[in-house]
Order: sequence, then structure tokens, then C-alpha cells
Amino acid sequence: MGKTFKKPEALSDKHTHYCPGCTHGIIHRLVAEVIDELGVRGRTVGIAPVGCAVLAHNYFTFDFQESAHGRSPAMATGIKRVRPDLIVFTYQGDGDLASIGIGEIIHSANRGEKFTTIFVNNTVYGMTGGQMAPTTMPNQHTSTSPYGRDVKNTGMPLKMAELLSALETPAYIARETVLKPKYVVKAKKAIKKAFTYQVENKCFSFVEIVSTCPVNWGLTPLESLKWAEDNLLPYYKLGEYKIPE
Amino acid sequence: MGKVLMKGNEAIGEAAIRAGCLNYFAYPITPQSEIAEYLSRRMPEVGGMFLQGESEVAVSYMIFGATACGSRAFTTSSSPGISLMSEGISYMAAAQCPAVIVNIMRGGPGLGGILPAQADYFQATKGGGHGDYRLIVLAPASIQEAVEMVMTAFPLAEKYRNPVMILGDGMIGQMMEPVEFPDHLKTEPLNNDKWATSGMDTRKSDKNNIIKTLFLESKPLEDLNIFLKAKFDRIRREEVRYESYNTDSDYKTLIVSYGTMSRVCRTVVDNLKEEGIEVGMIRPRTLFPFPGKAIRQAAEKDTCKNVLSVEMSMGQMVEDVQLCVQGKRPVRWYGRCGGDIPTPEEIIDVIKSL
Repeated sequence: MGKTFKKPEALSDKHTHYCPGCTHGIIHRLVAEVIDELGVRGRTVGIAPVGCAVLAHNYFTFDFQESAHGRSPAMATGIKRVRPDLIVFTYQGDGDLASIGIGEIIHSANRGEKFTTIFVNNTVYGMTGGQMAPTTMPNQHTSTSPYGRDVKNTGMPLKMAELLSALETPAYIARETVLKPKYVVKAKKAIKKAFTYQVENKCFSFVEIVSTCPVNWGLTPLESLKWAEDNLLPYYKLGEYKIPE
Repeated sequence: MGKVLMKGNEAIGEAAIRAGCLNYFAYPITPQSEIAEYLSRRMPEVGGMFLQGESEVAVSYMIFGATACGSRAFTTSSSPGISLMSEGISYMAAAQCPAVIVNIMRGGPGLGGILPAQADYFQATKGGGHGDYRLIVLAPASIQEAVEMVMTAFPLAEKYRNPVMILGDGMIGQMMEPVEFPDHLKTEPLNNDKWATSGMDTRKSDKNNIIKTLFLESKPLEDLNIFLKAKFDRIRREEVRYESYNTDSDYKTLIVSYGTMSRVCRTVVDNLKEEGIEVGMIRPRTLFPFPGKAIRQAAEKDTCKNVLSVEMSMGQMVEDVQLCVQGKRPVRWYGRCGGDIPTPEEIIDVIKSL
């Protein structure tokens, strides 16, 4: 019997720097599997954000660029416009994409840039120590909302998949999660669709992944999965929000 | 191709194409918007690419992405826009990306005005963005020179893997002059397989390239900075460019002036010569590296009693002139800002009063 399960070629052997219970590892693997399956590793350029995934380039075996905070979509635009043959993706967190980089992501989506964005939403700034993000839930405790997020002062959590779906420009927009194996299977499908649209030069593609941050949430990995399922999924509804004509 | 009469901004756009750069990202800002207007029409004619970004911040990352993946790319802006791009410029300097940036300066600070100025000397030569880095800064004094500097900027940026800034002013951008595009300055990009994130297939390699600027441990970050300093020192040794004017004479005053301002000073030198007063001039063509040695030697001439830095600013380059003259001669500054350019008469009065 042949090998039925192996590490994707697009994934490196480096030890992870992510915290115990962090979902980045699963999402990295899904991206790597999709890049292997599409056979595009030799022409892929990934873009690492500012945030926990700034070191993502350690875990992949294709070209990578580090961006500045929130600017990955502009960088991806630059690459894709001068080298449309490359497969380009940004991998961004919620502080990076939904706060400081919201202008760049909206305009890239609206121009219909032919790259893919993997948006990992765990409702906090992970790397800087769990500060409040635009996606933090009402009353959620973070290091800069110690009394819980007061939405009267800070507004409601931003729903990026819905916001980007409101644009008229055709795009593929989905929100999935990796909280349970059944969700992982669906997330993989969405990521593969997103990259396939890019390979076909069809449209901008965006997959939001609802994720956890056990360390900054002050929960165990298992508690985090449950908290996210109980509190995040009712607000951040899963599914495909936009499919190109 | 013979001489054509062209507006500075349009000539700068055409020069980039003639240099072999077919990728241009920009955001509109006066007094340089004609570059984007010109290239939005011209790029499609030559199979090139123009994209109007959503902000100068975004544009700086578009050229970061484009140059990091090994393509030639450039942008143009004016003072407040360069402030916004300074974040990306710092990253490009750290990542050693050979981007070319044109700054057609207007007055500041803040929104300032839209008339010509040289108020971004500090920003261009001392940083602008954060961290220990330098740009190679070229300062044209005519449209012909702007064309030649744009055309040489790309190979220069690639040779050193460092961003190059063309520091012009609103006058260079807005006026018209006869100009010729030299064919011999057209160049091919250097091979960048060793570092560019061009896709492994493109360079037939199994090794992935990584463009990064984050170094969490002290040693690798210090090593990068030591490497960059050695590069900047080499640029200081090898890339100094300047013009001497009337320095064979027995001048009492040495003028240091660049760009549009130096053209007025040239008239000052000529007019005073007719009155029997000799004035010498050094015109830096590179602001980084600064022609400090040439200025010091010219200032140390026996007949030279004083040095005057003439600028369209409240006194920025004068600090570098003072540094290089090392107190051996008194160094004065004269300048105006807001858009009014000192007249020959004003400068002559200043020289006579020294």
C-alpha cells in the first residue's frame, strides 16, 4: 500500500513559533496542500503580514515577502500587476487587515486584483499581546479593553467578508473556520476555490477563517475552540458570501 | 531622435520608458500630476503598466512588491506625498529594493503650497522614514538633466540594490525646455536571481527567496545595518557628482547651490564677473552622496573668504556645507521659501554685504 498521508511539499520542516493551540498551523497546512494540489509552488509568492504570521515565510517552501502593517494587499497588487503569471496571496490577521490596512484591502478588492487573501480572524492583536481589534466581540476582555469591549465607544465588530461582498466588482468571498475537523474540510474547499479562481485569472478571492488565540484569550486550547463556536460563529456566520458570475 | 520641446513632468515620464522601466504606480498630487497623466496615456502605447493607487502609502508598497519580485518599477510624487511614502521607502531601503522615486518638491511644512521649493532636503538626504538608511539622491537643474538622471537612476538603484530619489522642484516639473532622450542610456535590468522573489520556476531554482525586514535578534539586525553602512560608504566614495562653475577664478565667495536655485546663482556669477567681482560655485548633482570634499577644497582656496549656501528653503543644505567646510571659512545661508525664488539681485546684494 502506498503513502496515503504526507506533509505537503509546500510546507517546510521548521519548528513552529506559534503558541500551543493556535490555529495558524492548520491554516498554513491547508494553504500548502492547495498549492501542492494546484502545482503552482514554483510560481507562488506569499506575503507575510505584521502580526503573529510575520514569520510565516519560515514554514513555506516558496518565495515570500514580508510586508508592513496592513500593506500586504498593496504589495500583492504591485507584484501581480507586473508579474500576472505569479500566484500571489496575502496572509493577514484582523488588526492588520481590518484596522490599519482596511483601505488597502477594500481598494484591492474593488479593483479586482487577481490575488488571494487568507484573513485569519481571532478577534485580537496576537503578537503584541492580545489588544482589542476591530473584530473583538462586544464585552470581550482584551488587554486594551480590560472591562470588556464597550461598543458604545468603539463600535460593533467589523464583518469583513460581508463588507467586501458589498462591492460591485466580482469576487470570491467566503468565511470558514477550523474549530472542528468538519469545518477544516470546508475551509480547505474554500481556500482551494479561492486559489483556483486566481489560477484562472478570474477575480480577487478572499477567505476569512474564524480562529482562536488561547494565550491571549486566557483560555485553554479546548476552551478556546468551544468559546469561539459559542460566541463567534453566531456573529461571524460561515459560508460563501460572493461567487463571481 | 532630435530635440523636442517638453514639459519637465512629461519628459520625466518619457525618460523612465526610455530607460526601460515599464511599470509605474502613482497617486495624483500637484505639481507633478502631469507625470501620471502622461504615462496613463503613454504606457499602454508601449506595452507598459500604469496603476493609480488609492494613496501614496499604498503606492509605496506597490513599488516595494514590484521591485522585490525583480521588476523595474517607479513612482513620482511631491512633498506631502513623499511623507506618506516614507514608510514604504524605509522598508525598501531595508529590503534593498531598487525602486526609483521622483519628488517634485513643493513648499511645506504641512500642506504648504504648490509652488517650487527645496524644503525636503533633510527628508531626502537624512532619512524621512525610520531607521539607519540612505537614499541615493540626484538633483537635476534642467529638464535635460532630469531626463538623464531618471535614465541613470534605474541601473544605479540596481547596482547598489538601494532606492534612488530624483529630487526636483516644481519649476523642473512645470517648465518647458528643449530635451533629447539619449539612446545610449537605455539599460537592461541586472540579473537578480539571487534575491528577487520572482517565483522559483522563473529562475529555475529549488531555493526560495525571502524578502524580509524583521530581525528580532540583535545580531542579525546589527549585521544588516553594518552591511548597509558599508554600502553607503561605497556610494560616498564612488558616486559623488557635482559641477564646478568659475572655480578657476580668484573668487572671494564660493556659492553652493543645487537644482533650479543653481541656475539663478549661475546668473549671479556671470553678472558679478561683469562688475569685476569673482564668485565660484559648486553645484551638487548628488545630494547623497554629498560632494563635501570638493566643497571643502574649493572653500580652502587662498582667495576664498566665505561660503554661501543658497537654497529655496530656510537653510537645510547649509548644515552639510558647514560640516564639510569644518569651520575653515565662515559659512552663510541665503534662501527664500513659499514659492518665491531668490532673484539674482537679491543674491548679489547678499554677496556684496558679506
